[in-house]
Amino acid sequence: MAVSAENAPLDAVIAPFLKEPGALLPILHAVQAAFGYVDDAAVPVIADRLNLSRADVHGVLTFYHDFRRKPAGRHVLKLCSAEACQSMGANDLIAQASARLATPMHSTRADGVVTLEPVYCLGLCSAAPSAMLDGQIVGRLTAARLDTLIDGIAA
Amino acid sequence: MITVYVPGDAVAVACGADEVVAALLATGIELTIIRNGSRGMHWLEPLVEVTTSEGRIGYGPVSAGDVAGLVAAGLFEGGEHPLRIGRPEQHPFIASQQRMTFARCGIVDPASMDDYIAHGGGFGLERARALEPTQRIDLVKASGLRGRGGAGFPTGIKWDTVALADSPRKYIVCNADEGDSGTFADRMIMEGDPFELVEGMIIAALCVGADYGYVYIRSEYPHAIRAMEIAIEGARRRGWLGSEFDMEVRVGAGAYVCGEETALLESIEGKRGQVRAKPPLPAHKGLFGMPTVINNVLSLTAVPHIFADGPEVYAAVGLGRSRGTMPVQLAGNCRHPGLYETPFGITLGELVNDIGGGTASGRPVYAVQVGGPLGAYFPPKLFDTPFDYEAFTKAGGLIGHGGITVFDDTVDMAGMARFAFEFCAAESCGKCTPCRIGATRGVETMDKIIAGDRPEANLELIADLAETMKFGSLCALGGFTPYPVMSAITHFPEHFNRRALALAAE
Repeated sequence: MAVSAENAPLDAVIAPFLKEPGALLPILHAVQAAFGYVDDAAVPVIADRLNLSRADVHGVLTFYHDFRRKPAGRHVLKLCSAEACQSMGANDLIAQASARLATPMHSTRADGVVTLEPVYCLGLCSAAPSAMLDGQIVGRLTAARLDTLIDGIAA
Repeated sequence: MITVYVPGDAVAVACGADEVVAALLATGIELTIIRNGSRGMHWLEPLVEVTTSEGRIGYGPVSAGDVAGLVAAGLFEGGEHPLRIGRPEQHPFIASQQRMTFARCGIVDPASMDDYIAHGGGFGLERARALEPTQRIDLVKASGLRGRGGAGFPTGIKWDTVALADSPRKYIVCNADEGDSGTFADRMIMEGDPFELVEGMIIAALCVGADYGYVYIRSEYPHAIRAMEIAIEGARRRGWLGSEFDMEVRVGAGAYVCGEETALLESIEGKRGQVRAKPPLPAHKGLFGMPTVINNVLSLTAVPHIFADGPEVYAAVGLGRSRGTMPVQLAGNCRHPGLYETPFGITLGELVNDIGGGTASGRPVYAVQVGGPLGAYFPPKLFDTPFDYEAFTKAGGLIGHGGITVFDDTVDMAGMARFAFEFCAAESCGKCTPCRIGATRGVETMDKIIAGDRPEANLELIADLAETMKFGSLCALGGFTPYPVMSAITHFPEHFNRRALALAAE
């Protein structure tokens, strides 16, 4: 694919990494940070700039849990579902969040307000259960505290 | 000027440390606030410390709402208050530890290289520079240091292999993809004393002749990523990095399997995190095909201490072939969770009951999982097992990265065994069949057992499947998933045959 004006914003994001060895992950992170997700249309462009096949880029993009191929909700609530958080009642909190936000885990609600997903370990196992809301970490989560977080999303 | 320490460690932040800082600033009193790391007493976080004439006095756990009352009680002079814990280093949880790797963690300002040097940092590197290359590796061998990532491989031998390899380029890679639930030692040291890791990597580079390094940190650790980037920049300004050796942070993307060393190397190369078949070993053909030292954070951070104080000091503590200290992490349903650095040899029961204080819920301790999601579940009757690589292997488990997750008697062990398979299925890189297919079949079979469908025949099937996964998988993800599954079945059989038990009870 030739460099074209319509790819200019994408190229501006990609360019700083092109000389780095193993640049694909840093590029995918940067694209996601800039656009919120990695659109399918970006795949051939990234492949071209790195001299990789589309399949290579697609393979990496779909391998890692972090990368999104669709926009996330305006808010992203991640609930830790690892063993340490389970030992402190994480599964009840997951059920509570799903019910109150009316959306199952691993999903973005149809109105685009919120994405609810599990995270496998925030390293806050000594302050379990834990969560991350829009990048902010929360430890020692309780049902009441979760309700407050959800009230903030809904407001 | 009054100096107040409010940890910037992720646990403290998750429990309201930033709000405490805001409340302190709102008092209008002129303060120097230092965002230190955590001391490791996580149930006391945020642990606020004030410098007084008697040394640093701690208060915890402090919430933003406590600040006004604390100030009124004379916080800045170390005044009495229900949250006052006195001098943190005299707290029994700290005083009973033998801190080597974590000696500075929670004490120094992690963003200040001057503070690092003022607290003895850099001395190991100085000693290493004064030695011949072969003497350096002999010193690591003499310490008895074994890889802290889980496998326990002797570090000196790994380094020797890389040093002897003939190559125009060699790499030092630090595995900071701390994905195990119940572990946070890597996160804590990177957030609390990041220069120690930088120093350890520079010494490793000197030992093997490497000129570039990567710290691969998981994306779930934004605070650690930031702390390491600040430290690397500081070390460059000081001239520690940049000429002979330089390094950078690489951020993972939420794949547990990238904690496996060859998958991690693939990930740095920009590929899917798929496990490589060994041989060749990374020491021969590692990152970008070059000889590579790949070590865990705790292995590399032990190194400056070994050089500064001499290998004999390190080798003098421990049990059997497990030398030195292990930063044990107490987590989950635990009354006094946190990080406890201690020589190998302490028993599991001492750690869980005496140090950890039992469960947070106050109910009986029912099971503990040691070594992350691929570690075995231990019942209290095995609590006399000493913390030591060999002893844990003998007891059918592993110490892994040193995490202990405590469960009370409300735990559903069949559910936990199912979760182990489910986790393996979600995180499998897909390269080998036993892991990719076995984990999914494991979930299905465990569902049948939980539903009461021919539990005995299906448990036999699980045992057979576990055997195949253990011996047929390419790496520890598939190979160790049988540990949590089979330990749960062996030690808690009553959880796996509920319908039969219910029928018997009628």
